[in-house]
Amino acid sequence: MSDKTTAIKGGTVIDQSGSRRADVVVSDDGTIVAVGEGLDGDVTLDATDCVVSPGFVDLHVHLRQPGKEEAETIESGARGAALGGFTSIIAMPNTTPAMDCASVVREVIDLAADTICDVRPSAAITIGRDGDALTPMAELVKLGVRVFTDDGTGVQDDRLMRTALEYAGSLAHLSGGQPIVLAQHCEVNALSDGTFMHEGEWSSRLGIPGQPAEAEELMVMRDIALARLTGTRVHFQHMSTAGSVAMIRAAKEAGLPVTAEAATHHFCLTDACCADYDPVYKVHPPLRTDADVAAVKEGLQDGTIDAIATDHAPHTPQDKERTFADAPPGMLGLETAFAIANTHLEMPIENLLAAMSWRPAAIAGIQDEHGGPIADGGRANLVVLDPNTTWTVAGDAMASRSNNTPYEGMAVRGRTRHTILQGEAVVIDGEAQR
Amino acid sequence: MAERERRLAAPPAGGEFQARTRVMTSEDVTRAVRRMAHEILERNSGAADLMIIGLQTGGVALAHYLADDIKEIEGSEIPVGSLDATMHRDDFGLRPVMPEAVTEIPGDPTGRVIILVDDVLYTGRTVRAALDAVHSYGRPAAIQLAVMVDRGHRELPIRPDFVGKNLPTRRDELVDVHDDGVDLGDVT
Amino acid sequence: MRHLLSMADLDRDDIEQILNLADSFAEVGKRQIPKVPALRGKTIAWLFYEDSTRTRLSFETAAKRLSADTMNFSVGSSSVNKGESLRDTVETIAAMGVDGVVVRHRGAGAPHRIAEWIDASVVNAGDGWHQHPTQSLLDLYTATRHLGSLDGRRIAIVGDIKYSRVARSNAIGFATLGAEVTFVAPQTLLPPSLEGWPVKVTHDLDEVMEDIDICYLLRMQLERQEQAVVPTLREFHEEYGLTTERADRLREESLIMHPGPMNRGVEIAGEVADRPNAVITEQVINGIAVRMAVLYLLLGSGLNLVDNQEAVA
Repeated sequence: MSDKTTAIKGGTVIDQSGSRRADVVVSDDGTIVAVGEGLDGDVTLDATDCVVSPGFVDLHVHLRQPGKEEAETIESGARGAALGGFTSIIAMPNTTPAMDCASVVREVIDLAADTICDVRPSAAITIGRDGDALTPMAELVKLGVRVFTDDGTGVQDDRLMRTALEYAGSLAHLSGGQPIVLAQHCEVNALSDGTFMHEGEWSSRLGIPGQPAEAEELMVMRDIALARLTGTRVHFQHMSTAGSVAMIRAAKEAGLPVTAEAATHHFCLTDACCADYDPVYKVHPPLRTDADVAAVKEGLQDGTIDAIATDHAPHTPQDKERTFADAPPGMLGLETAFAIANTHLEMPIENLLAAMSWRPAAIAGIQDEHGGPIADGGRANLVVLDPNTTWTVAGDAMASRSNNTPYEGMAVRGRTRHTILQGEAVVIDGEAQR
Repeated sequence: MAERERRLAAPPAGGEFQARTRVMTSEDVTRAVRRMAHEILERNSGAADLMIIGLQTGGVALAHYLADDIKEIEGSEIPVGSLDATMHRDDFGLRPVMPEAVTEIPGDPTGRVIILVDDVLYTGRTVRAALDAVHSYGRPAAIQLAVMVDRGHRELPIRPDFVGKNLPTRRDELVDVHDDGVDLGDVT
Repeated sequence: MRHLLSMADLDRDDIEQILNLADSFAEVGKRQIPKVPALRGKTIAWLFYEDSTRTRLSFETAAKRLSADTMNFSVGSSSVNKGESLRDTVETIAAMGVDGVVVRHRGAGAPHRIAEWIDASVVNAGDGWHQHPTQSLLDLYTATRHLGSLDGRRIAIVGDIKYSRVARSNAIGFATLGAEVTFVAPQTLLPPSLEGWPVKVTHDLDEVMEDIDICYLLRMQLERQEQAVVPTLREFHEEYGLTTERADRLREESLIMHPGPMNRGVEIAGEVADRPNAVITEQVINGIAVRMAVLYLLLGSGLNLVDNQEAVA
């Protein structure tokens, strides 16, 4: 046996088939070699009191490269992702230039070739994310793109969105049968232009222009209708309102092809955070009310919302050192996602892992590589979690090139210990190995 | 001791004022005011063109007593006003502006002889500030200074024209001029 | 008091202290030479990211009457347009050794951010839709000089409330001094939520005319018309303007107030603005004394220094 093996010993293995005490041996050829009791390998990783899970998959990450490398690069973002327990992340296309053509998508794939997390590019639905003309979807699918989104903005034009869904629905023959998903940033510009936070009690008091929950909900409503019309799956990004959750629940009950994600900050922070005008809390969609937070949590608990995403959005300090109105929206999330979910979501860890690993893997069409199961011959993309360690979040200690975490100084519970990518231990005891 | 000093002397800034010696009785004060009224009239050859301005807060009552006496002696009404010179002080910031200490200059001081009146003359800084302040209302022909007690320790080249009593003091003592007379004491 | 950012930071005693002090400073304004050396040696920078000739002149007059040195950071011709971050701009100004910064910014909360970054005192001269505390203080000064105590007095704030920092400041300011505040506007000109506000709301201006002690009209931002928040200015004037007919229904001693600049014929009929009970010019005059009081309290009073033994002269 020429390949190096690593044994993860003493943990509880949890994947979509359930939970059991087992050691896991992986080979650096990228596969799981053995799962069972009393196993050994060339290298041993301790997993005592820890959970061994398929690695996390983040459907929603902004890596800023190409275009804004001072805030984040694919390398630094991937490092943060690995430290957060992610083995695959989907890079959003709102780079500069946008990921709307083969050359930019190829560049991202090239830059991600040797990172310690499997970075997959999404691509824009419309050229330049301008909402006017479709990107060359077939060509991009052939490069490996499975997720299309204009994230940062929603596709405003009803007819164009219908066309995009119909066209994308007919590309599965180019993706080896994997479904192509159109992911929507739901925000109706007519109700949200010139706004910087959620419209309500706090925006009124603070004098900050706000957007109502309905700015999101109107587009959720439309896209549910278009999913019904076209039969093509719509994935709803960062759902933030009680109304959105209710509509998605009803759509799923009606058997429509919709999936949804929620960003970590939308189930633990509210618009009251904006009280001191600190733009670290400025994000799109905006932080909402207590009732919305409760609805998002409930949606995650009952499975209405399939996945937890981070919407990791790095910004340099100088970009955030502006007024609330002038600062760009977005906050970090990769390195805190598990801890925040583990701290704030009252749900069994199996369900939490499902929302962070195998369900998003299936949505992104990468379930053959990521998200388990943990069994002989399976892909060795794993994370070892210590769900009980308490630590304090510090933006400056993060791998991200930016430090705009909204959780600064917050005590949280649960931490990534080891991350295994393609059989290689890329993070050991919270330290990136390369 | 003017109200402002009384406030500053109160905890936590200072302690309580304890009177030790009565240096002037109320009769002494009345006689001194009477004498100063005569001196003012003598110096200025009558009451024409006079304007009396009491410095807030300790000099205002005295200014009125002086004006009353002058009226009795000379029979003519003299304009009396009050002035809060706090905003002109060099140690401004250490002393609060007190809204109740109003400034009321009774007419244009230009061309008139202003008698500034204060209870206690000490470092001279209040008077210096008052000289500045008066000039922002106009250009008097002359300014003269009347005080009930001159306790020494001048820090500026200022001397009074009319004095009720010269009273040698230590710097750590306080002089309190009130309706019943004048006390010398300490802050404890 | 180190900064003045919002009327919400002031309690009743604070406001009364400022208004009483303003009386002392109003007296200075009446002198032949209306200038005192109170802030001699202090430097105040104007940081106006939004045009405001009136407020800036008022602050400038206040500062000069207090003998402060002033410098103007003219945003139009500055690095701000070259992409400098707000923090860099402000720290540059602070590095020049200013004691106070008076800020006007179109972004709500800008003065709060600035106050976190520098040691100098920050005065909010208007931030977006949020606050304009010195306007509220001068309005309170004007109202109390005419009406005495505001306890139980009724004020209607009328018109373009949603976008108005003056309305937000005065709702708090007048309520803090015990007045009953009513907002009068169509829903399109009201904040989306009034949860927690000490105000009543009506859409009917005629309903309140006889009851109020103060009719406070807000400037209708004419550019708002592009967003069609009201169908026409004519209709706005008919429904929410202080017309001659409505002004006749005010009690004789009731005040008509407006923060300026007025749109005669829109929120207020031209003739009404010149009535004896319209104290609009007085508001402007009082603005100087009130701003002197504010600058003095922040930069020169040393009211926090009373625990200094040296203070006992």
